[in-house]
Amino acid sequence: MATQINKQLGDNVFLTSIDAAASWARANSLWPMPFATACCGIELMSTAASKHDLSRFGSEVMRFTPRQCDLMIVAGRVVMKMIPVLQRIWLQMPEPKWCISMGACACTGGVFDTYAVVQGIDRFLPVDIYIPGCPPRPEQLIKAIMDLQEKIKKTGTYNAREFKLRILPDGPSRFDQDELVRIRERNGFQLEEPKYDPIH
Amino acid sequence: MSESTNLKEVLESKLPGVALAWSEFRSQQRVRVPALQIAQALRALRDAGMDQIVDITAVDMLEYPGATDRFEVVYLLLDTQSGQRLTVKTHLNEPDLKLPSAYPIWIGADWLEREVYDMFGIVFEGHPNFKRLLLPDAFESFPLRKDYPVKGRGERHNFPIITRAES
Repeated sequence: MATQINKQLGDNVFLTSIDAAASWARANSLWPMPFATACCGIELMSTAASKHDLSRFGSEVMRFTPRQCDLMIVAGRVVMKMIPVLQRIWLQMPEPKWCISMGACACTGGVFDTYAVVQGIDRFLPVDIYIPGCPPRPEQLIKAIMDLQEKIKKTGTYNAREFKLRILPDGPSRFDQDELVRIRERNGFQLEEPKYDPIH
Repeated sequence: MSESTNLKEVLESKLPGVALAWSEFRSQQRVRVPALQIAQALRALRDAGMDQIVDITAVDMLEYPGATDRFEVVYLLLDTQSGQRLTVKTHLNEPDLKLPSAYPIWIGADWLEREVYDMFGIVFEGHPNFKRLLLPDAFESFPLRKDYPVKGRGERHNFPIITRAES
């Protein structure tokens, strides 16, 4: 039946599931909450500014209230006094929501291995994408957002309970296609494709 | 700029019989005052024209070569009229880590004393709002003491963990 409709309407109508359409819309309309505490925040601003222009990827609308955001970008070191604030902001964000840990300090504490600095925000918060670098370049942040978009297109409608039940990885593909081909040629046997359960 | 006052004469006339150790480094005057007389000495210096408290800080002399006392509390004073400066030091030992507050003498001592308490655990008696300044109230240690480990005692990991399934 789908083929008949396609014949009649051509490219003007697409058939898809509502989940896939919603995930597609969500991925291309991320509203970041900039939790910028250090020099990574400057790179974050630079990414949003005209030279690198984050709005090309549909996520330029920075909002300083967590209730209007669905992506938290933690840019910079987080001290122990800030963790309750960070967690409260995260809990105030409506679902579905995602978190990017930007820079060495947010991911691991960086060079600040002292009593007051938290050694990685993922100890206390769920993190989707980690960006290495001190500070990372804007290109790295853009790549992280593109990876996140790929992830959202796969998992955008998960709620917390479904997330708990999942058994398959849902980030970006672990290998790019060329890398997979190279590994197959080098090893001379067939590697199994990672098995996803695509919603779309 | 007015003339600078002879602070040595001022202190010696106000505190007769008290052992004051004066020293000088690159024309900066320093004086060591016993902890019992510190409030009297600071008030006398304020009355002699030292009208600004620039900083109050402390040094932990644990394992310092040749040190006889554990803590050294340092007051940096300034006469804004003449530009004259004076460093006043006093020494404290455990378990008696108490000093009279300088808040009644200079209001600016408010946060400075709270910071010294926050980092070294030295109590300033008579301060109107005496609590930690920088660290959370639940923090139990004094991190700038030399016997406190640089990486802390696990305070930085003592928070609830929010997982994806819960948020």
